[in-house]
Amino acid sequence: MEIQFILNQKQVTAEAGADTILLDVLRGLGCKSVKCGCETTNCGLCTVWIDGKSRLSCSVLAASIAGHEVTTLEGVEKEAAEFGAFLAGEGAEQCGFCSPGFIMNVLAMFRELDNPGIDHIKEYLAGNLCRCTGYMGQLRAIQKYMQAKAEKRDGKSGREAYV
Amino acid sequence: MLTISNYVKAKTLEEAYELNQARSSRVMGGMMWMRLGNARVKTVIDLSGLGLDQIEESDNVIKIGAMCTLRQIEECEALKEMYGDGIAESVRHIVGVQFRNQATVGGSIYGRFGFSDVLTAFLALDTFVELYDGGTIRLSEFVNRKPDKDILLSVIVRKSKRKFRYESIRQTKTDFPVIACSVVTGMVHGKETWYFSVGARPMKAALLEKQWEIPSDASEETIAEYARQAASEFTYGTNMRGSAEYRRHLAEVLIRREMSSILAEGR
Amino acid sequence: MAAEKNRPARTVVRGKLRIVNQPVSKVDAHALVTGKAVYTNDLAPADCLVVKVLRSPYAHALIKDINTARAEAVPGIECILTYKDCPDKRFTMAGQTYPEPSPYDRLILDQRVRFVGDAAAIIAGTSEEAVKKAMKLIKIKYEVLEPVLDFRTAKDNPILVHPEENWKSLCPVGADNRRNLCAHEVSESGDIEDVLASCDYVIDRVYHTKANQQAMMETFRTYTYLDTYGRLNVVSSTQVPFHIRRILANALDIPKYKVRVVKPRIGGGFGAKQTSVSEVYPAIVTWKTGKPAKIIYTREESLIASSPRHEMEMHVRLGADKEGNIRGIDLYTLSNTGAFGEHGPTTVGLSGHKSIPLYGKAEAFRFTYDVVYTNVMSAGAYRGYGATQGIFAVESAVNELAQVLGMDPTILREKNMVREGQVMPAYYGETAQSCALDRCLERAKEMIGWDEKYPCRDMGNGKVRGVGVAMAMQGSGISGVDTGSVAIKVNDDGFYSLMIGATDMGTGCDTILSQMAAECLDCELEDIIVSGVDTDTSPYDCGSYASSTTYVTGMAVVKTCETLREKICERGAEYLGCSPADVEFDGKKVTNLKTGESISRKEIGNRVMCSSNEPLSANEAFSSPTSPPPFMAGIAEVEIDKETGVVEMIDYAAVVDCGTVVNPNLARVQTEGGIAQGIGMALYEDIVYNAKGKNYSNSFMQYKIPSRLDVGNIRVEFESSYEPTGPFGAKSIGEIVINTPSPAISNAIQNAVGVIIRELPMTAEKVYRGMQE
Repeated sequence: MEIQFILNQKQVTAEAGADTILLDVLRGLGCKSVKCGCETTNCGLCTVWIDGKSRLSCSVLAASIAGHEVTTLEGVEKEAAEFGAFLAGEGAEQCGFCSPGFIMNVLAMFRELDNPGIDHIKEYLAGNLCRCTGYMGQLRAIQKYMQAKAEKRDGKSGREAYV
Repeated sequence: MLTISNYVKAKTLEEAYELNQARSSRVMGGMMWMRLGNARVKTVIDLSGLGLDQIEESDNVIKIGAMCTLRQIEECEALKEMYGDGIAESVRHIVGVQFRNQATVGGSIYGRFGFSDVLTAFLALDTFVELYDGGTIRLSEFVNRKPDKDILLSVIVRKSKRKFRYESIRQTKTDFPVIACSVVTGMVHGKETWYFSVGARPMKAALLEKQWEIPSDASEETIAEYARQAASEFTYGTNMRGSAEYRRHLAEVLIRREMSSILAEGR
Repeated sequence: MAAEKNRPARTVVRGKLRIVNQPVSKVDAHALVTGKAVYTNDLAPADCLVVKVLRSPYAHALIKDINTARAEAVPGIECILTYKDCPDKRFTMAGQTYPEPSPYDRLILDQRVRFVGDAAAIIAGTSEEAVKKAMKLIKIKYEVLEPVLDFRTAKDNPILVHPEENWKSLCPVGADNRRNLCAHEVSESGDIEDVLASCDYVIDRVYHTKANQQAMMETFRTYTYLDTYGRLNVVSSTQVPFHIRRILANALDIPKYKVRVVKPRIGGGFGAKQTSVSEVYPAIVTWKTGKPAKIIYTREESLIASSPRHEMEMHVRLGADKEGNIRGIDLYTLSNTGAFGEHGPTTVGLSGHKSIPLYGKAEAFRFTYDVVYTNVMSAGAYRGYGATQGIFAVESAVNELAQVLGMDPTILREKNMVREGQVMPAYYGETAQSCALDRCLERAKEMIGWDEKYPCRDMGNGKVRGVGVAMAMQGSGISGVDTGSVAIKVNDDGFYSLMIGATDMGTGCDTILSQMAAECLDCELEDIIVSGVDTDTSPYDCGSYASSTTYVTGMAVVKTCETLREKICERGAEYLGCSPADVEFDGKKVTNLKTGESISRKEIGNRVMCSSNEPLSANEAFSSPTSPPPFMAGIAEVEIDKETGVVEMIDYAAVVDCGTVVNPNLARVQTEGGIAQGIGMALYEDIVYNAKGKNYSNSFMQYKIPSRLDVGNIRVEFESSYEPTGPFGAKSIGEIVINTPSPAISNAIQNAVGVIIRELPMTAEKVYRGMQE
């Protein structure tokens, strides 16, 4: 069947079977940032936003997103690069395979929570597994990013690491 | 591997129900569990266009639409106001935010899964399920019914002055529970009544009801004796996550802690 | 000593470093954080045949008949291959230097299947749906055989896992397929029985570590195609491209020149991809059909048919006198290599050779091992490579000794640990030329507040917090074997191409080797380009494993830069018309010291592209006769619920001596990541088989790696020694970091509640049961 939806602010059309998953449709449409890490909704690598909320694209039927709005990392590339610079600044992207899903959920967290503390951050991101980093560097990156954002908002000179 | 031939986004409940009568039809919730199976589904029925994704509060009940996500009940102020942090506690360990933005209350309850935290939590409360064809029945009755072709529309929790606690033990923080226990108490027909629900035994949650009058200043030993009694009335099994014997012990510990916490609040 | 001779003079100088030892971001970071299409599956052509493997439901069986007729009729099916279509020439999938110590015991497909999940048929078709449909239609008749599932009964069991005549072992590792033996050895120094008999205390214990999954986020995957020249091109997520070339030539029985292997960005390896898990399947499809093909392992396949850590059972006898001087260590390791012998003969050696030498005073040691075949998934290489298992056993025994002696386990270690300058008899007689283990332990104790927290603190809420300690070592490459070569060429405008065969798997070797080159060449990081590995054009490197890249390939970079600097000077002198003896190269220009006249690197780069009879490039290799060990100390703080046994990670203080830290950020993240994996091994991760050998731990729902809520706080510092044979004084970091959590956490539990758990993982139920006793 033909499915029409909004992908990264553009109206798109894709061909999909009744059991085609969104992940495959998105990769087919060129959004190669979307990765599959487990197939059982446990790893968070396939995280995208549907109508602004973080979801696992490996278990969303493509057919069910007709008329909805889907955002992948490609759709928030500038913001991803901004935060990504902090992640890279800690060496915490490592293999990078989980980075897109992780960054999508980090950016969703910033939209949903105002200045979250460490415990909130950890809990919000618990569904994003990473096998390389041990998570500490990711947390440092998030904290430094939040600090830089706050400084920028307050008119102080934030870290000039934005790329 | 799951295969699906047709996807239908139902326009009315009638349509959904009719479609679901075929043997190879399935209603989809969040697609978390169905996708992992090997079913060959002819028609999958999507209820997302039927307004079942709302939590409605009235004077007497909180009505949770079947398509509400676990994240919605985690963040629901009405449930929190009524029953404290227990409801959020029962779902916040489930995989991650993305998962809970997708998994539905209806899917969790309808599946009657052994590992279900959601079922364990609501079973101990004064909860009903609303079925399209079968009317509104107690969750405790529904949980023991065989899955049929009816459609679950909502989960209805009666508001009452009951106290609610939820605890679970997990290997990793976001794993399935090794054991999950909820304890509820309140006055029922003028009698102090305790409800115990234990899930992930690893069998699905079961409910125990006791007319126990326990003074709020009961000693820890007394409470422990009640907890031992309650835990002993459930059966337990062994799987990868724990032995029957260990589960029984954990149930006893968690029930005691929850009872103590409730009684301490009454002091 | 050979390494001394090999070392270019410049590296001896501990000058001020500009780029090495700086926390620069990785050179590929931007692409990774913006989700660019840089991994194998992102790059595979859209028209690749989809390849899948039909796997055995039995742990041990013979295929009596395969009927593929109905499956072949499925529209879109290109080919279905069975054992009849594969060469009957055995090979190993272990990515090791030839001649491999791992036995040649594999066929691409075999008539005998040896574990639940073993390959029985290969199916290729134009779509995933077609292939999956065809898989269901293949009918295989099996003669089901009794399997060997308990590795304790495998040796000399009448049931043989590899009875075949053409099984072969290339190296003298004590293998004997008629006894289910993949390797056997005894090594010793001094008279261990004599020493133990005269000890005041002998700790005599058995420890058991389970198989663990590397669980890198990107599963195994490969695509293949034939190029213009009819050669098999293989793009694969691998740590060992050059070994893959040999393995595929062996497997397909074709000449090596027919194979080219390319490594793009890879989504983690941790040793898993030091075995050729996925390459043979699309390779044989492409070779037979001439069409491009790809295989993407599902997570389930990655968990049931891959290359996990060897399960080991270790019997330790540790002797000491009353004062706590450790006088002798006797270790017997039984290692389970599973259905095939990949890395079996080599991982086991580290269980003794990288645990026993931590204790420098021992008068005698003996290390004996057997590696056995069983009918479970084949083991492979996983970070730590046997050292992790052996260190759990020996360090736990030392902690048990401390308890028997009534001594603080850190004091016991301070008394006995290996020190700089000591000869390590159990480490092939090598001398610890660089060792800051004493400082590592001292600092780790300060970081955690050991003196205030040891042994435990009752928190007054039913919970008790304990601290526990462990030390570790590893190697830096395989001495006398690992080879890294590097080439650097000068291009127009003077930019450099750094060509390496070492494989960045997210760890950042492209970056740290560029840092070293920039340091040596007195240029900026931006002046150097580096790219992934291509066996057609990259200089030979055995690959990224055995903690070799920083040390071995790093030294090759240093040597190459030295040679290149000389060549730049010569070329500059030629263009300046003076003697090379009169010039100096400062990274930007070559200057005639007599006249002050100079020529820029940019101009040199441009001039060598016109009327030149010699390229301006250098190419050097490095192999080390020694493998200098990095050292570390790890201290865990855990909180235990006294009623339920639930263990919560609170804090982990780790201090590492990896010599000079080439990139502090990347080294820190390596360490934190290794510790988190180690915590997973210690507390959660288990591969569980049922009585028939079916693997239950077949998804991330059942095989639980730690989430960010499960690791507590991990804090890392460095106490650097200076390794005289390493680049800028550096040693390795990649593997050692997984070795301390299991014994340190075990010790913390011991110190908190008095329960000693000798089998991993240390689940809450085990702690609870221990407390009941």
